[in-house]
Amino acid sequence: MFGTSLMLAFREIRRHLMRSFLTTLGIIIGVSAVITMVTLGRGVTADIEEQISSLGSNMFFVFPIQGERGQFRPFDERDVDAVREQIAGVKSVAGQVDQNVTAIYNGQDWKTKVEGVSRAFMDARGIKLDQGRLFTDEEESAGANVCIIGPTVVEEMFGAADSPLGERMRLDNVSCQVIGVFASRGNVGGNGDDDNSVFMPLTNVQRRFTGNDNIGYMAVSYDAGYDNKAMIDALVDLLRERRVLLDGQANDFDIVDTAEINETVSNTVGTMTVMVAAIAAISLVVGGVGIMNIMLVSVTERTREIGIRLAIGALASEVRLQFLTEAVVLCCFGGLVGIVLGFVLSASLSAALGFPFVFDPFINVLSFVISALIGIVFGYFPARRASQLDPIEALRHE
Amino acid sequence: MAEPPIIELRGITKTFGEGAAAFQALKGVDLTVERGDFLAVMGPSGSGKSTTMNILGCLDQPSGGVFRFLGHEVQSLSKDQRSLLRRRYLGFVFQGFNLLSRTTAAENVELPLVYRGMGRAERHAAALKALDRVGLLPWANHTPAELSGGQQQRVAIARALVTDPEVLLADEPTGNLDSERSVEIMKFMAELNDQGITVLMVTHEPDMADYAKTVVHFKDGLVERIEQSERLALKQGASA
Ligand SMILES: Nc1ncnc2c1ncn2[C@@H]1O[C@H](COP(=O)(O)OP(=O)(O)O)[C@@H](O)[C@H]1O
Ligand SMILES: [Mg+2]
Repeated sequence: MFGTSLMLAFREIRRHLMRSFLTTLGIIIGVSAVITMVTLGRGVTADIEEQISSLGSNMFFVFPIQGERGQFRPFDERDVDAVREQIAGVKSVAGQVDQNVTAIYNGQDWKTKVEGVSRAFMDARGIKLDQGRLFTDEEESAGANVCIIGPTVVEEMFGAADSPLGERMRLDNVSCQVIGVFASRGNVGGNGDDDNSVFMPLTNVQRRFTGNDNIGYMAVSYDAGYDNKAMIDALVDLLRERRVLLDGQANDFDIVDTAEINETVSNTVGTMTVMVAAIAAISLVVGGVGIMNIMLVSVTERTREIGIRLAIGALASEVRLQFLTEAVVLCCFGGLVGIVLGFVLSASLSAALGFPFVFDPFINVLSFVISALIGIVFGYFPARRASQLDPIEALRHE
Repeated sequence: MAEPPIIELRGITKTFGEGAAAFQALKGVDLTVERGDFLAVMGPSGSGKSTTMNILGCLDQPSGGVFRFLGHEVQSLSKDQRSLLRRRYLGFVFQGFNLLSRTTAAENVELPLVYRGMGRAERHAAALKALDRVGLLPWANHTPAELSGGQQQRVAIARALVTDPEVLLADEPTGNLDSERSVEIMKFMAELNDQGITVLMVTHEPDMADYAKTVVHFKDGLVERIEQSERLALKQGASA
């Protein structure tokens, strides 16, 4: 019986192809909107997660900030040592300092920044090499004039043709030899291009560029097993003590936990995705009302047919099944078209906006199931009306 | 024990509407139909013929009285049981043909078999056989709009007989046809009756009633009189 209902439903839909399409437009739009929104949300989340992971995972950044009286006290190497030695769970601590410079090579110059770093820093931040090698221990302690340059610098100053390895370039007045190229680390957002940078050993930058042993921020990486909240508390206590802050005075430094950024951003994007998808889902309900409307019209148009079916012995439940099947088939058809449209829309929008395209099978299956459910819910009332017609009156109709 | 009559009506009443607007269309109809009979139901317009046919067809419920079909009291059956009874035992032919439009003759004839759960191929073969019986095999793939009135009514007859019903109910089957087509239809009805189907037919025209065995006259919601048809009387007169 169900097979027959299915066949009848297909025939009826084929008979009114244009009408069927217009009827399901609401479902099509609803499904494709929900899928597009959720897929884009996933893409944005993946994009941000990737950017955050480029910061390194399981780590804190510790920045000096302005204190209550407007003073700005930078950290130095002794703070780095204290954190390394006194906080349980710390894997490595590395300081970084940077300064804007003009790089000169082969008669051309390029505005970039020099970053004083160590192997430990590159390790903590998860920065990989594309070519060449890292600093050696000797180069780090001696503050040798060697540098590891970013992809943007390579592109701007060396072009694609030759390898920059072994070349000497000048940063302001300091000459250095290129020993490596680091792999693009993506853009963490905010201030400029993170790939437009030249790494030199920290002591060298402090001596030749900044002229003091201050550091800009500390990157503290910790073992994944440690309770990061407890570590932050210990870190705050240590730094307050070292900076002689009295009770009641605010911290003149800030600790940023990458795990927390990650969570906050994912939560925010997740909430927004749900909200936008919910708004899109309203059009699904509107689509359902459209289905109900056209099914009621169809029942009225086909009153005589229903009368004939009832007269020759169709059960009310069989007539109900027939119309319910028709509504469900319509909705499923709309759902399928919506899924295809959603796929195309989200793939092309992801590409256009530069997000990764993250196909989410769950939302596709869910949209399809919900379309079918809408067919059942909104098809039930017209189907019941059809099944409850009085055969004599139905036969007399028209 | 003798076989019960196929249809038995005892004091059937039918009232439409309620209160002041109530109208009693049937006022106590008594009628017994034996298996194999061919009944012509006649009477003035509004005398309750269609109302009686609807009750006999289990499409409508009487307000009072007893309706037994093959010995079973129909009033005590549920709506679904009455549907199943129609499906199993009854065939209908209507004045307005009542075929599904935009659906071929063969598919129209297949329709009752669909509800019997018959397979597609078997169904189609049975439909073609039934169409052949009414001489419309070449028209199997035509829609009602492409057929004449007489042909449409023959499709309807094929649809009614494809299930081998016990009883064929026809409310003015020739009402929309010219006399030549009417005669054709009546010949089919008589033929089906000869093959053992009990036929109940409403008609205005005495010519058509002549094809029946028994003629029932209705008047004002009551059976006025029942008589043998002239054809039967003649036939019996001849053989006596
Ligand atoms: N559904 C109905 N509601 C009210 N009155 C009805 C209904 N059906 C039939 N009647 C009335 O019952 C009477 C008998 O009708 P019907 O059986 O159709 O007569 P006919 O003998 O012409 O077929 C008529 O007066 C008709 O108006
Ligand atoms: Mg009538």
